[in-house]
This record gives sequence, C-alpha cells and structure tokens, in this order.
Amino acid sequence: MIGWVVLIILAVLVFAAIGIFNNLVVLRKRCDSGWAQIDVQLKRRYDLIPNLVETVKGYLKHEREVLENVTKARQQAIDVSGVKEQAKAENMLTSTLRSLFAVAESYPDLKANQNMLALQEELASTENKISFSRQHYNEVVLEYNTRIEQVPANIFATIFNFKARDFFEIEDPVEKKAPKVSFT
Amino acid sequence: MENLYTAMSANKRNSFFITVALTAVFVVLGYFLGQYWGSGYGGVFIAFLVALVMSLSAYYGGDKMVLGISRAKRIEKKDFPQLFNVIEELAIAGGLPMPAIYVIDDTAPNAFATGRDPKHASVAITTGLIQKLNRDELQGVMAHELSHVGNRDILYATMVGILVGSIAMMSDFFLRSFFWGGGRRRRSNNSEGGGGGAIFLVVAIALAVIAPIFTKLLQLAVSRQREYLADASAAKLTRYPEGLASALQKISGDKEVLEVANRATQHLYIVNPIKPFEKRAGNLFSTHPPIQDRIARLRAIR
Repeated sequence: MIGWVVLIILAVLVFAAIGIFNNLVVLRKRCDSGWAQIDVQLKRRYDLIPNLVETVKGYLKHEREVLENVTKARQQAIDVSGVKEQAKAENMLTSTLRSLFAVAESYPDLKANQNMLALQEELASTENKISFSRQHYNEVVLEYNTRIEQVPANIFATIFNFKARDFFEIEDPVEKKAPKVSFT
Repeated sequence: MENLYTAMSANKRNSFFITVALTAVFVVLGYFLGQYWGSGYGGVFIAFLVALVMSLSAYYGGDKMVLGISRAKRIEKKDFPQLFNVIEELAIAGGLPMPAIYVIDDTAPNAFATGRDPKHASVAITTGLIQKLNRDELQGVMAHELSHVGNRDILYATMVGILVGSIAMMSDFFLRSFFWGGGRRRRSNNSEGGGGGAIFLVVAIALAVIAPIFTKLLQLAVSRQREYLADASAAKLTRYPEGLASALQKISGDKEVLEVANRATQHLYIVNPIKPFEKRAGNLFSTHPPIQDRIARLRAIR
C-alpha cells in the first residue's frame, strides 16, 4: 500500500519536473528565435539599400556625399562585431538614411517615382520591424529571466545551466523611445 | 481583473462550454422529435450527429464561413503592400505567425479577426478603412485585431457567431415546416395533422427561446472588458496608443452601414457595423462599449 503511494507521488513529481524543464526549454528557444528575428530584419535592410542607392543615384547628382554616407554606414554595420558596436553602427545607418530621405524631399521628380515610393514604404516597414523585433526580444527575455529565478524552476535552471539573457539596450536616448519612423 | 492569460483560458473554456450546451439542447430536442417519429433514441442519435457536425464545422471552418458571409477576398502583398507590411510588423511585435489577410470591398470603415488559433488566423479590413486611415492609425487598428488573435477571442467569437447563425436558421426552418406542413395535413387528414404541426411548433418555439440566450452569450463574447483589453494590448504592441485612438475617432465619425455584417457576425468587428439608427441594431447595440469611452481610455495611457 505504502509502496504504491510512494510510487504515485514519485510519478507525479517526475511529470512535474519534466513539465518545468520543458517550459524552460521553450522559453529559452523563444529568446533565441527572437534574437534571430532581429538579425533577419537587419539583413533585410542591408539588402534594400543597394536598390535604394541605385534608384536615387540618377536624381541626386549633386548630393553624392549623402549617398556615400549611406553606403559607408551600411558596409560598417555589416562588418562590425560585438553587440554594442553593432548597435552603434545600426544607429549610424538609420540616421544616414534619414538624411537621405530628407534630401530626397526637395526633388519632386524623385518623390513621385513609383520605385522610390515603394522603397520608402519597404524601408519604413523594415525600420519598424527592427524596433518591433527588439521590443519582442526584450519581452521574451523578461519572461525567461523571471522564470529561471522563480521557485521551483530556479532549481532546474541551476542544475541544467539556464543562464539569464541580456536585454537589448540602446544607449541613444532618442532611439530608446522607439521612434515611429515615417519617411512619408 | 482580466488579463491576457485569464482571457486566453476563459476563451477556450467558454468555447468548449458553448459546444456542450448546444449539444445538450439538441439532444433533448432530438429526443422529442424522435418520439414523434417513433424512436426517441434514434432522434437523440441524429441530434447528436447534427450537433457534432455543427460544432466541428464551426471549429474548423467557422473562419471560412464568416469570411464568406462578409464577402472578404484574400489578398497578397502586391495588392496592398502597406497594409501587408503593417500587419507583418505587428506579427513580429506580438511574436505571432503571419495571419491571412482579407479585404472587404465596402466603403464603410471596419475590420475584424477570425480563426481558431494564431496559426489559423485571418484578419479582414474594408477598403473604406484602408482609404481613410494613415499608417499609424492602420497600425493601431491592426494591433487591436492581432490582440484578439493573441488572446483567442477569435475562437470564441467565431464559434458563437456560427452557432447563433445556425440556430436562427433552424428556428426559421421549423417555423416554416409548421406553417406549410400543418396546412397540408389539415387539408388531407384532420385527426392526425394537428399533432405533426404541434411538434414542429414546439421545436420552433424551443429554438426561438434558445436563440436569445445564445445572442446573450454573443454579447458576452464581446464584453466591454474584452474590447478594452484588446485596445490596451494594441497600445502595448505599438507603444503608440494615439494611433488607435485617432483611428477610432475617424471611424466613429462615419455614419455608413456595413452591408455584409449581420446578427451573427456583428460582434466580431472593431466597432459595431450596424449603426444605432438602423432598426435591426435594436438593443444589440450594446455588443460594443461606447467608442468615446474607448478613445478616452487609450488617451489616458502614458
């Protein structure tokens, strides 16, 4: 009789343990895919820029510098490594793009170009996707970090080496407010 | 206090409950109908099958039915690039899979979401709304719809809509059977005809009694709390409550009626598509909280 009770309690405990462990795995996986999503969107922006430069080049003959800045900032963002440097380079790229679009404002022909309009929408959307994917990453990290500190999950977190993740932080106070990018 | 997680489990629980309630009602009705035709248990069996088919089709095909009724057409990115982008952005923000996007060709501004879970979700928007809103406002509206997807309001709302619609239809069917069937019998055979008509009348009355109860459930499906919650979640997604607030302001100023909306689908929409001056709205106007109140709450978020 007592043997059965012990057996049942053990079985329940084992199932509970499996549940907690799997939940931790799911949460960690979400952090990973959240981080990957940010990279996907950054990559997308790199891919859009050559297109943009190509479209704009013919119109902005006297603004070569602005275009060069964008190309340079893009290359830099691709080349750098390290989270902090990366963030800095991405910010740089964002601001060069902004000045490019500001300059483009004074070219009516360019503004009316269908290709340009489509590219503007794509880039505006990609900017939003970048900041939304960061926002989402921080949310899942918050959930994961909280869970691995809670009882009883913290026991498993220690045994199986679930480490707390870093939040994605942006130093630039303007960027921090997640500005709405609207080139139109 | 209702939050995302309690809302999610409440929606799943309520969807299950409404299915069980419907099946129970059908089985009882089936028993009486079966009695009349000579086999009470045969009636129970058939009623159970009917309830099962209805529930399963509402669960798996409810979204398609609702979209079909609303004459919504599926679109690709090339049709409305900006709308597509806005939804893609929000799906990323909410960590949700990309929903299917539908457009309703109507100038009345409105939108809704349907589906059984985030993996099988659809959002629909009228062309009128696309034209009237700017990017930020469009984002606010879509964030509201994706919040309904995220907390599973879509499952319950779709199930209720389909089941309410079918019960109304059946009530009509039995009522007509009573009138036509009863009339024919009375002409041919006076002694038996009355009974046949009576049983149809009983079923019709029973369904007519049930229909308002289900309509009440339908109202609960869009309890004010639920709409406020979706508004608040939308603000949390976009971090820009003013977008949705000003979209609601624009929609509320519009007096057009959405022709494709009806009793079974009205509760799905972001604002009640059946405007108060329309007679068919009646006291069902209360399916949605007052729009000015929603705007005030959004503007209070800081």
